[in-house]
Amino acid sequence: MFFRMITGAFRRQWKKMLMIAMTVALGASIATAMLNVMLSVGDKINEELKAYGSNITVVPRSEAVISHLYDVDETEEQAEYLPEETLGEFLTIFWANNIVDFTPLLDTPATVNGQEVPVVGAWFDHHLAFVKKGTTYERNTGIINLRSWWDITDGTWLDEAKLKGDRYAMVGQKLAATLSLKAGDTFTVATDHGTETLTVTGIFESGDDEEGMLFTTLSTAQRLTGAEGQYKKAEVSAITSPDDELAVKAAKNPDLLTGDEYDLWYCTAYVSSICFQIQEAIPQASASAVRQIADSEGKILEKTELLMALITLMSLIGATLGISNLVTSGVMERSAELALMKAVGAKNGQITRLILTEIILTALVGAAVGYFMGYAFAQIIGQRVFSSSIEMSGMVAFLVTILVIAVTLVGSLPAVRMILRLRPSEVLHGGH
Amino acid sequence: MSLLELKDISKIYGNLHALDHVNLTVDQGEWIAIMGPSGSGKSTMMNIISCMDKPTTGQVIFDGRDITKDSRRKLTEFHRDKIGLVFQQFHLINYLNAVENVMVAQYYHSMPDEKEALEALERVGLKDRAKHLPSQLSGGEQQRVCIARALINSPSLILADEPTGNLDEANENIVLDLFRQLHKEGTSLIVVTHDPEVGEVAQRIVRLEHGKIASDKKNEQFAE
Repeated sequence: MFFRMITGAFRRQWKKMLMIAMTVALGASIATAMLNVMLSVGDKINEELKAYGSNITVVPRSEAVISHLYDVDETEEQAEYLPEETLGEFLTIFWANNIVDFTPLLDTPATVNGQEVPVVGAWFDHHLAFVKKGTTYERNTGIINLRSWWDITDGTWLDEAKLKGDRYAMVGQKLAATLSLKAGDTFTVATDHGTETLTVTGIFESGDDEEGMLFTTLSTAQRLTGAEGQYKKAEVSAITSPDDELAVKAAKNPDLLTGDEYDLWYCTAYVSSICFQIQEAIPQASASAVRQIADSEGKILEKTELLMALITLMSLIGATLGISNLVTSGVMERSAELALMKAVGAKNGQITRLILTEIILTALVGAAVGYFMGYAFAQIIGQRVFSSSIEMSGMVAFLVTILVIAVTLVGSLPAVRMILRLRPSEVLHGGH
Repeated sequence: MSLLELKDISKIYGNLHALDHVNLTVDQGEWIAIMGPSGSGKSTMMNIISCMDKPTTGQVIFDGRDITKDSRRKLTEFHRDKIGLVFQQFHLINYLNAVENVMVAQYYHSMPDEKEALEALERVGLKDRAKHLPSQLSGGEQQRVCIARALINSPSLILADEPTGNLDEANENIVLDLFRQLHKEGTSLIVVTHDPEVGEVAQRIVRLEHGKIASDKKNEQFAE
C-alpha cells in the first residue's frame, strides 16, 4: 500500500517531482564538479607551479651549515661536493613518485676568449638507472623540464641521448651576444683544471641571470672543476601538500612531534617531510625548501579550495531553499489528502515518512543526473583551466549522495513542520 | 447502553462559545441527526466527538471510557479504532482508485486487505467500480466509496458531516438508504446536517443553536 501511494503520488505530481529533481540535479552537479576539481586541484596547481622550477634544493651538509652560520657564499677552498651516485637515492625515498624532476648542478668560473664566464654543469634529459638492494630504479630527468620557461631562440635543447659525447653547451642570450656565439659554433672554455672545446646546441632566453651563463653537461663541468663524479647542488621539483600547522611544527624540529604526529607528517607529502626523507637517504646532504614556491603553492591551493568550497556551499544552500519551497507548496496543495490520512488514523510519523520517501527518491534521481552533469562540468573546467581531464572520485559520488540526502531533509523541514501542525478538523470540516 | 456521553462540554475560541455547556448521550445502535443553522456549533461538536479536537471544559466518555484527557496520539488511535468518518467533500485520494481509497483506512488501522475492501465496496453497491479513480466516479459513487472507507474497520460509530450536501436527490436517497441499512445492522450513526430531509429520517433529532442544545427529541416519523 505504501508503494502504491508513493507511485500514485509520483504519477499525480510528476511536474512538481520533476522540478525537485531538477533543483537537486543543479545543486548536485555544481557540488560534484567543485568537489572533484577541489580534490584534484592540488595536483593540478602543483603541476602548473612545477613549470616555474624546483621547490627543493639539496646541498652538502657542511656547506649548508656554513652558509647558514655566516651567510656567505663558499669559496673554492670551502667548496664541498656530493657524490653523483647519491642522485639515485631520490628515486628510493617514500615520496619518490612525487619527485617530478631533478638535476645536479656544478658551477665554476671559467674563461672563454679571455672573458670570465660562469659555467654550470647539469643534466638536461639524463637517463638515470640506479640499483639498490637488487632493485633497479630508472628515470629520465634534467633541466629540460626544470627550465620549461626557457625560450630557445636559436638551435635546440642539449639532448644528451641523441648527441655523441658530452662536449656541448647551451648559452644564455646575453652571453651569446657578448661572445658572438650562435647554434653550431664551437668555442673553448678554460679553467684551472683544463680546457674543453664545446659546441653550442642552442641559445636560450630565460629572463633572469641565467642569460649570462653557460650550461654544459655535468661530466664536462666535472672535468672543468676537477670534481669528477661529484656535484655541488641539486634542484628538485616535487609535488607537495600545502603546509599546515603540523608541517610548520615539523619544519622547526621533527623531534618535537609526538609519535602519531610524526607518522602523519612523514606520510604526507609536505615539502619538509620530503626534504627530511632526502636527508635520510643522503646523510651527507642538506635538503631545504625553496620557500617562495612552496608558500605560493600552499596559498594558491588554500584560496582555490576555499573558493570551490564556497561555491559548493552556495549551490547546496540554493538547492535547499528551492527544495524547501517546492516541498512546502506540495504539502500545502496536498493538505486535504494529508488531513484525510490523519483522519483515518495515520500518525504524524507515517505521513512524514511517506512524504520524505517521495522527496528522497526524487532527490536521488536528481542526484544521479546531477552527478553526470557535474562530471561534464568538471571536465570542462579541467580542460579550460588546466588543459587536462579531472579524475572522478568515488568518494565524491558518496559525498554528493550524503549531501543531497542532507539537503533534501533540511529543505523538507518546513514541510514536515507543516505536516505536524496540520489539523484534520480545520482542513476537512472548515470553520466551527 | 450508552455509546457516547458528552458531559457539560464547552469549546471556547477567544470570546466565542462555539459549544456552551452541552450534554448529550448517544445509545448503542442509535441514529441521531444533529441539526442547526450555520455557526450553531455542529462542526465543533463533530470534531470533539471524532476526537479531532478537544473541548475547553467538560468530559467525553466513549464506550465507558473518559477520553478527554488522552494525548493526541492516544486519541488518534482511539478514533481510528472506534469511529468511521464520512465527509461532505468525500476527501478521496485522487491518485488512488476506489478500492485503494478504502484500503488506505485499513493501512493506517492494521493491514490492508483487498478482499475485505472489495466486500466493503460491494456493501455500498460499488464492487464493479472498484478500479475506477475518483475522477471517474459520480458524486454519489464517491460518497459511497467514502462510506465504504468509513465502514472498513468495523467502527462503533459512523460520523457523517453533511453527507448529502454535495449530492443530487437520487444520490441523496441512495446514501440515506445505505444509512438505514447500516442502522438496521446495528451501527450507531451521527449525521450532522442542516438539511431537514436528511435530519427527518433519523431516529432522534438534536437541534443546536448558538452552541447550546435547543431541542433533543425522538423522531416520531422514524421508520425502521
